[in-house]
This record gives sequence, structure tokens and C-alpha cells, in this order.
Amino acid sequence: MSKPDLSVEIAGITFRNPVMTASGTFGYGEEFADYVDLESIGAIITKGLSIKPKAGNPTPRIQETTGGMLNAIGLQNVGIEAFVEHKVPFLRTVSTPVIVNFFGNTVEEYAELAERLDRIPEVTGVEINISCPNVKHGGIVFGTDPKAAYSVVKAVREATIKPVIAKLSPNVTDIVEMAWACADAEADALSLINTLTGMAIDVKRRRPVLANVTGGLSGPAVKPVALRMVWQVARAVKIPVIGIGGIMSGTDALEFMLAGASAVQVGTANFLDPSAAQRIAGEMETYLEQNGIHDVKELIGALEV
Amino acid sequence: MQFKSTVISNQEVSPGYFRMRMTAPPELAGSQPGQFIMVRVRDAIDPLLRRPFGIFDVGVAESEFPGLGAATYLEMLYKVVGKGTEALSGYHHGDHVDVIAPLGAGFDLGDPEEEKILVGGGIGIAPLYYLAKTLVQHSRVRFFLGGRTRDDILCVTEFERLGVETYVSTDDGTLGDRGLVTEVMERHIRENRSRKTLYACGPMPMLKAVAEIAQRTATPCQVSLEAYMACGMGACLGCVVKGKEHSDETPDYRCVCKDGPVFAFDQLKWV
Repeated sequence: MSKPDLSVEIAGITFRNPVMTASGTFGYGEEFADYVDLESIGAIITKGLSIKPKAGNPTPRIQETTGGMLNAIGLQNVGIEAFVEHKVPFLRTVSTPVIVNFFGNTVEEYAELAERLDRIPEVTGVEINISCPNVKHGGIVFGTDPKAAYSVVKAVREATIKPVIAKLSPNVTDIVEMAWACADAEADALSLINTLTGMAIDVKRRRPVLANVTGGLSGPAVKPVALRMVWQVARAVKIPVIGIGGIMSGTDALEFMLAGASAVQVGTANFLDPSAAQRIAGEMETYLEQNGIHDVKELIGALEV
Repeated sequence: MQFKSTVISNQEVSPGYFRMRMTAPPELAGSQPGQFIMVRVRDAIDPLLRRPFGIFDVGVAESEFPGLGAATYLEMLYKVVGKGTEALSGYHHGDHVDVIAPLGAGFDLGDPEEEKILVGGGIGIAPLYYLAKTLVQHSRVRFFLGGRTRDDILCVTEFERLGVETYVSTDDGTLGDRGLVTEVMERHIRENRSRKTLYACGPMPMLKAVAEIAQRTATPCQVSLEAYMACGMGACLGCVVKGKEHSDETPDYRCVCKDGPVFAFDQLKWV
């Protein structure tokens, strides 16, 4: 049998396979170049970007939990100018699509950044972060109120012709309502989930472990929640959904595809296995070969309930 | 680079402290003192993240297997503090671990003519042995080693075997001088006026004290920091420390994993 087709198409972009690297877990790509063949993954999604550089939260910022990790980095990033000057030249050398995750403090800032990213040819698409739980502004405020989410996505939509993905927070009562708001505002795709708000306590000191008190939980521990939300959202909207949450293996990725995801993002797994995205794409291919499936697209939403 | 390593030995050198020797690819012999490794303890999700360890030693030795000739080995010295190190402490000869190494920026070896002063506190001596081994080839090396109690004083004989003059102090006086190692070290600096560079690794209060002494005595000083990390390669930004320019208005965070773990003391903000 010929090699199975792993390519997927989202918002007019063809990805060689459905495995992308989740924002904030893969730096700006260059950090991982020695460990993973960047040409073998579906897309690189870069660390959340803002107009001005952002310092992030005080330390400690991370803590391992059972089957997961908490982080409260607080969106530390270099800002758009340094991104263009220092990060884009490397990204130019890679043929893999680059999706820039970004955020702002106000709707106007989101629009301004989208407009500036629109002018960078190396940027294939953008992912709107309205879901970071670790900062007061520039994220969760817009990600928990459907009207606010609508206005941000709409403003970004009008500011760029590049594909727009809205990244959703699980920290809401009804994620489908948020998905509808973003789809109504003409997002091209949705990615979910961002981290779940959690905390860890040091019993010796009777203090929270993280300086920020709470952080975002990621890793295998969140996978069942993520799968459920992807399944709910994928059947409720017409635009493609990208599944994120504790994907460690090809099997995990396939579960998300069956639940309705057109692609997946690998996050925490990059930290413990820097070649995780490449490995997971390989494992998906093996699964297709072994099961006589010619095209990975056949699996999208193929879950029988 | 990422590689599968075979445990050669894993000995408890003092209660709760282990020294593990493992196989490594030949390229590792070129590691700089002060660089570190990330170890994935198990191919499982608990513990989930890799654990960072300083390179205690790296070298080439006759293989334990007859006929295989010389092979590169890597050693780490670690204290059992949580479930990752607890699991590691149960590893035996022949077990495997997944390693990424070498990572980070190591020590600057400085001018061979000057005296080198190494200061280590507890498990903070881990990266100083390989540093001492490298430095003694060209320079005079003195090592000031401190701990809470005698059980925290590790590998003195190994340092002495390198020809390093070693000074020990413990908080409770159970071994060596009673008191802080930094006080003994400062006395030495003041009494011997020759040119020196300080190298330190240990708990933060000790490093702060060393940095203050370096400042007061105008002695160049490099410190190796320990930090909780997720990735070890500058992506997660979990392990940052404040750089010298840091303020709320002008953030200056440095990644311990990528910009360090070794920093010139005057590159960091100590308050």
C-alpha cells in the first residue's frame, strides 16, 4: 500500500500532517531545532506575542503535579519588534507553516498586532490568545465572555487576511457558547483547550507553590476534559477545530481526531520529549498504515457514539 | 543531544546523597564544566518532567565490558528530594535512563595564572568537581565546602586526590570548622592578596553571601544556579531569575537553563 496521506487543510493552508506545537511550549522554534526535524511537523505555533515585551510573573512559575504541570509564566515574551528582528530570520529558513499566537490588553491592541502580523510574509496564520489564565489582562477577560470574544475576533478578522484561529479557554461554564461567538465573528478555526486553572500547595510552608498562587494545568491530566470539549465544540460549529490537551502519543492525537479535531497541538510533551511532535506524527502514520487507512482525514469526527 | 544511557553504578555516598555513573556518547567528553543534563527518570507520566542535574564528572575510561576498549562516561551527584530523585536512587547497574546533554552555559575558566577559589554548599558541589578537575590542569585550586552537618559534606577525598586544597566547615561543627563556609573563604581572600576568581554553587543564601564578598573584595565571581525547570532549553521560561537591570518597569529575566546555569555574579540582581 502507498504511504497514507497525513495532510490536512485548515483555512486554506495545507499542513503536511496534523501535528502542531502548542504555543508557549516550543519557544520560537529555534530552541528545538537540534532535537526535532522542524520540516517533519505540521506547524510551528510560537510563544504568545504582545506589542510591547512582557516580563511575565514572579517565580516560582512552574510546578509538576500528578500527570501534569502547573505554569504561571504570565506571557513573558519579546514583543513584536524583537520578534521581527530576532526570531523571524530563523523562521524564514523553515518551510513549515508558522502560526503566531498573540494577545493584547484591549480590543484595539489585538487589532493593531493582527495588522502588524499581517504584513510579515513568514507568518502563515495567527492564533488569538483569549484564554491565558495567568494574567489579568490580555487573555482570559476576553475568553470567558462571549460578547468580548466576539468583539476581539471580529477586530482581528478585519485587521488581517491571514487565517485566524481563536484559542479557547476551558475555564468557562459553556465552551460551546464561546465557540459560537468566535465562529460568528468569522474565525477560520478554533483551537482548544488552553490550560485549566489550578493550584498547588506546599504543606510545610502552608503557602501556595506558585508565586501567582494559581496557574494553568496542562499535560496528560487534562486530556479527558480536553477531549470532551473538543467533541462538544466540533459537533456544534462548522469551522475546523484543533485539539489540544495532554497529547503524548499518536494514539492520543487520534482520539482527538476521532472526536472531531482536524489537527492537534502538542504542548507539555515537548518539555519531556523535545522530538514529541515529530514522533507523534510518525506514530499516527504507523497507525494508518497498520489499519489500512489511506487518508487521515477519514478519521476526523469519525467517532461513533 | 538526546541519548539512552545505561547506568554503570549508583552508590549512596552519604545518607540521602547518590553518585550515579552512566554511559554517554563520545561527544559528551567535550562538555564544559558547569553545563547540566536533563534526565527522564521513567518512560511514564509520573514523574512527568525531566530533572536537571549538574555534570559531576565526565571522562573516558576503560569499559567494564572486556574487549570494548575505552568508553565515555558521565556522572551526576544528587540528593533525594522528591519522587524523581527517589525513583532514580533505586536504579541499578544495567538500568536505562533517557538523557539530554550537555545543556546550558558553563563556567569561564579564566586566566590560568590566577588562583581559583571554589565554594560549594551541600549538593551544590555537584558541578564543581568537573570544574576542579579541569582547572587543576593549569591553576592552583582551593575548595571551600560547607554543609549543615557532616552528612552534607561529600566527596572531599575526590577533590583532594585532584590536588585541590580543601577546607570544610559545617553549621553544627560535626566536621571541619564550625560556622559558615563563606566566612572561612572570605578570611582566605583577605589574607592572600594574589589574584583570584571565585566559583560558587549552593543554596541561594550562600550564593548571596558569596556575591557580597565578591563585591566587597572586588573579586571576579561566577555562580551556578539551581532552578526548577520544565524544558531545559529556553522554551518554557519557567526557570528565570532577575538580571541586574531588572525592575518592574524594565524587566530583565534570564533563563537559568539557557543563559545560565552559570552567571557572572554581577549579571544578576541579588535583592
